[in-house]
Amino acid sequence: MAEIRVQHLRKAFGDFVAVQDSNFVVEDGEFFVMLGPSGCGKTTTLRMIAGLELPTGGEILLGGEDVTMLRARERDIAFVFQLFALYPHMNVRKNIGFPLLAQGMPSAEIRTRVEETAKLLRIDHLLNKSVSGLAGGDRQRVALGRAIVRRPKCFLMDEPLGTLDTEFRDLMVHELRELHNRIHATTVYVTHDQMEAMSMADKIAVMNHGVIEQFGSPREIYDRPATMFVADFIGSPPMNFLGFGGGLAKGAKEIVVQGAKVAVPEVREDIAPADMALGIRPEHIRFDDASKLRGAIYGTEYLGTTQIVAVETADGIIKARVPAEIRLNAGDHVGLALNSARLSLFDKGSGRAVRTAVHDTASQGRAQHG
Amino acid sequence: MSLTTAHSVVAPSANSKRIAGAIIIAYALISIVPLLWIFATSFKTPPDSIAYPPKIVFQPSIEGYCNLFTTRTRQTPEYINSLGPATGFCDETVRKRNMVIAGPSNFLPRFVNSLIIAFGSTFCAVFLGTLSAYGFSRFKVPLADDLLFFILSTRFMPPIAVAIPIYLMYRELGLSDTALGMILLYTAVNVSLAVWLLKGFIDEIPREYEEAAMIDGYTRLQAFWRTVLPQATTGIAATAIFCLIFAWNEYAFAALLTSGTAQTAPPFIPTIIGEGGQDWPAVAAGTTIFLVPILVFTILLRKQLLRGITFGAVRK
Repeated sequence: MAEIRVQHLRKAFGDFVAVQDSNFVVEDGEFFVMLGPSGCGKTTTLRMIAGLELPTGGEILLGGEDVTMLRARERDIAFVFQLFALYPHMNVRKNIGFPLLAQGMPSAEIRTRVEETAKLLRIDHLLNKSVSGLAGGDRQRVALGRAIVRRPKCFLMDEPLGTLDTEFRDLMVHELRELHNRIHATTVYVTHDQMEAMSMADKIAVMNHGVIEQFGSPREIYDRPATMFVADFIGSPPMNFLGFGGGLAKGAKEIVVQGAKVAVPEVREDIAPADMALGIRPEHIRFDDASKLRGAIYGTEYLGTTQIVAVETADGIIKARVPAEIRLNAGDHVGLALNSARLSLFDKGSGRAVRTAVHDTASQGRAQHG
Repeated sequence: MSLTTAHSVVAPSANSKRIAGAIIIAYALISIVPLLWIFATSFKTPPDSIAYPPKIVFQPSIEGYCNLFTTRTRQTPEYINSLGPATGFCDETVRKRNMVIAGPSNFLPRFVNSLIIAFGSTFCAVFLGTLSAYGFSRFKVPLADDLLFFILSTRFMPPIAVAIPIYLMYRELGLSDTALGMILLYTAVNVSLAVWLLKGFIDEIPREYEEAAMIDGYTRLQAFWRTVLPQATTGIAATAIFCLIFAWNEYAFAALLTSGTAQTAPPFIPTIIGEGGQDWPAVAAGTTIFLVPILVFTILLRKQLLRGITFGAVRK
């Protein structure tokens, strides 16, 4: 196992820049997830680490060794594809043993290694079956088996759960993380599904338009989004934004939104007057008639234990997550109380988060702009 | 499920199935009768073969096959009687017609020529076709579309249209009447078909398979060999049959460019007719044997052929 260090990585296809100036370090044994909408460059980054694409610029270091221009087979990594890429003309045993065959390992040893791996993944009863008859989850396990059998330096996974049914997916998310906890393999996992990312990752990089918007732990990314894109992409429903104007002074603890004073975490930097946005997670909104910040109920979505309430304010609709017991009728006027300690502030022009007291404990929550 | 088929608007009704079946049977009969007639004729004696009305029931004889594989000379009965006892069925049959076997005919070497040239050119066309199809499918080839169109354009005219230039060229190059010349020619004609057919098949094989193999420690060639080829067998088999059928049956170029050592069976079989009268059973025997290899090859690969000619019709 090894750490992966990506420095100033860049990839252009003609005029189109798929990845620009990516920098991140995946520490030894870490489960790292690259998250972003389709076309954001996450898969391209993964394929460059794998050696399936050559970068236009930058370096990739694997366990300290520069592998930027090495062939895929010389990098000692394993890759799990979205479509699994199980060889249909081989049975499960041969599929899992295929990477070992390349190393010229004696067949007796291949046998034991394949059986060990199959046992680890609980597919030892399927070894002599054809891969084409397997259920989705089992195909996924065979693909994982082919990856871990070789004990490579790291695992790369490209949306490996993307084609599975929801029930299998939840199961595999759990199994993947459990497997990771057992073998502690450095893993780079690409997905567009925030739930997968949040539930599995040690570290997440959120990408958009070829740029890493934020790099950090799931908690940092959720609680302290570095940009409005991250705030909007993560969370369901996403973070609400309320616009406000004027500058911010270091030490400010209050802003004015729609004529109402809102307490915010203490601002840690001076911001010249500009269009700003206050970011509020839906679960940080309470209904309180004493609040000056008001809106009208627009609609509700009942989710069992909670409900999502859409409230029409002077600055558009915002969504609140409140206990399901509260009875609300469309058109009712309500006051909105916000959980001041958990609010974010953004500069609308750049999308960047303003440094506040929320960031005091964070060291890696900053965006890495190119 | 019976529910879906019973009320399906897509499945044909029982009546239309019956009509379709009847048409297919009628067409199959029309197609197979000439073949059966040739097969039957090959086992007739020369008088039976030209009997009128035609004989459907007859005493089978392998005289046609004897005549096909031998050359014979006419002798006086005294000379024939002076010979020792007949050494086999063919010898005996021939002697009854006042002839003796002078030696083997050219049929066997011509047939072997056909085998070498047809299978050789098929192998070359499929080999080159697979590699170029893989290249076109997987790599960024400059002007790929134009090149593919050019390859296709070689089939815009019937190959025989260039017979005269090829004849002259082959004479200059010393390729006339050589197996190599014929293999090169049939390969050139077939390779365009092979590239186009196989590109379709290889395009359908996800490139993740090779990528997975290359990450797992194989070179591209090994990955191609171990992951792409096994999955392309259907396409390769279908392509091989098409190429083989063309090369095996090709008459015009063979008649023009081969006359002796490299002559193939198609131009040879009609010449049998001239040797000692109209020997229809021998011609029929030659045709029957000529049909065997392609028949066997097609039957062996019929599953692949069926999947091959309908490929791409339904996306997985």
